Amino acid sequence: MLETMSEIVNSAIFAGYYKNLAKIAEFIRQAAQDAGFDSATIYQIELAVDEACSNIIEHAYGGEGLGDIECSYEISPRRLTIKLKDYGKSFKPETIEEPDLKAPLYRRANHGLGLHFIRELIDEVSFDFDQKSGNILTLVKYRN
Amino acid sequence: MEIETREFKHSHLVKVKGRLDSATSPEFAKALNELTNHGHYKIVVDFKELEFITSAGLRVLINTQKTCKRYNRGEVVLSSVPSNIYASLDLAGFTVLFKIFSDELTAVGNF
Repeated sequence: MLETMSEIVNSAIFAGYYKNLAKIAEFIRQAAQDAGFDSATIYQIELAVDEACSNIIEHAYGGEGLGDIECSYEISPRRLTIKLKDYGKSFKPETIEEPDLKAPLYRRANHGLGLHFIRELIDEVSFDFDQKSGNILTLVKYRN
Repeated sequence: MEIETREFKHSHLVKVKGRLDSATSPEFAKALNELTNHGHYKIVVDFKELEFITSAGLRVLINTQKTCKRYNRGEVVLSSVPSNIYASLDLAGFTVLFKIFSDELTAVGNF
């Protein structure tokens, strides 16, 4: 009989405070380590999740202490799938302009880098917005 | 995060340790504003013991660079940048906006 690697599934809920970003990073770091990624990739995954959670607090909830972030992940032999759920405002990701990375200093924008990082660092990024059941951001990172 | 500021003859050195994210970047901004508000625009930011930086920390860097470079009165330079942090600076297109030195003394000597 073929032996299959069992999937690891885990979840945790964090109150939407910036001070919890370090705790979320710890939770995600463990997931990325368990999934067998190298240290540079673990850093990238942590960074993308941090940017996503910061955006949830700042933009979806509009401030700290206004809602929770539900983090869950699933490790399969081929990939790590992370889901971040919030109950705040939705947005249209396609309307967020890519930052101009070649602009001179004085024209550099003050925002937009977070989403840019998420898109650059993660293999598959998808947003599902639902006012009632919550907004879900899914991040998938593949193992080589 | 811990911040330590030291004064040199021609510049100020700001050493940042730990994690620079949305929770800690206001404190980083405060330390840098403290310098620029007192007319100190030649600043070395040392990242030797920085473990993690997000776009919130990068925003503080770019805002301070804009303030310092105005009227050609100074600039922010970086030193001892770990590889993960460098990768984020590169991803943000910041490596052309900041001089990066291998260690703090070389960076201080640049001014």
